[in-house]
Amino acid sequence: MSQPAAEGPIPAGAPAPEFTLRREDGSEFTRKDLEGNTTVLVFYPFAFSPVCTDQLGLYEDVLGDYLPKRGATMYGVSCDASWSQTAFREKLGVSIPQLSDFEPKGAACRAFGVYHPGGFPQRALVIVGPDGVVAMSYQAPSPADLPGANQIIDGLDAVAAGSSAV
Amino acid sequence: MSDLGSAPIPGLNADDHVRGPADAPLVIVYADFECPYCAAAELKLKRARLRIAFRHFPVRLSHPRAWPAACAAEAAGLQDRFWEMHDLLFADQGRLEDPHLWARARTLGLDLERFDADRRGAAVTARIKQDFESGVRGGVVTTPTLIADGALRTGDFDVRALGALGADGR
Repeated sequence: MSQPAAEGPIPAGAPAPEFTLRREDGSEFTRKDLEGNTTVLVFYPFAFSPVCTDQLGLYEDVLGDYLPKRGATMYGVSCDASWSQTAFREKLGVSIPQLSDFEPKGAACRAFGVYHPGGFPQRALVIVGPDGVVAMSYQAPSPADLPGANQIIDGLDAVAAGSSAV
Repeated sequence: MSDLGSAPIPGLNADDHVRGPADAPLVIVYADFECPYCAAAELKLKRARLRIAFRHFPVRLSHPRAWPAACAAEAAGLQDRFWEMHDLLFADQGRLEDPHLWARARTLGLDLERFDADRRGAAVTARIKQDFESGVRGGVVTTPTLIADGALRTGDFDVRALGALGADGR
């Protein structure tokens, strides 16, 4: 039985859900891979759509050197097959690793509350701290709207603030 | 880079390149010279009675020639010819390599030696970075992005609607 689409992204403060995505090499990427790392998940509707192209190129340009300094790793997430994601990444010339939610389609996106009723991921950001707790989530008003890189910086600041508060 | 957290797009400042009637609505444009949508937008903006402030937003991965072109415009600006270089760059985006930039500088009668030193200099780099980072902090993701009446606008836009705004860019 298929799960209903969630009404919004998983909120900050919630533990990351159980999920399974596929890396480009076909291996599994699960909740366990979030533990001990800061993870930026960039959900995007489709590989090769022009807006996604702008988005990932800008993130790489602005954040490429910055994320490692903050101990963070960014991943692009879509329901495209891994082969398509790799071709997309290579075409863009970006190094942001891709995670596929291809089969069962959209299951991880649903778990994070970012599955669009049209059958693709909402354009959304989810940042998970090393403790496995969501530090920030954002869903764009429409798939055509792009979250700014500033929002990722804000989310990483929230992770840092949370860590320092413990 | 922690200074790249969210902040409002700055209003008009003394460093901005501005043209158009002083009493016309202000539109701040974040653009890059290799972006075809920016060139198309410029054509539309020119036809409207607007006061335009241009800010650089060169995304190197998408447009590898955008950054050198921005440097050329700034270097021309140091010889008081920013807008002329701006127009020449947008007029022919198929020619943005170094010899093409030099040819434009010659056309404008610039001091070529100074132009070439300036476009590779730290001051020009800092100026473009300042624009780019102000855009990033304000949520600019794509080009062109127009700020009119305090709102970010991307994609197709209606210049008549912009002209009707009481845009102050703040």
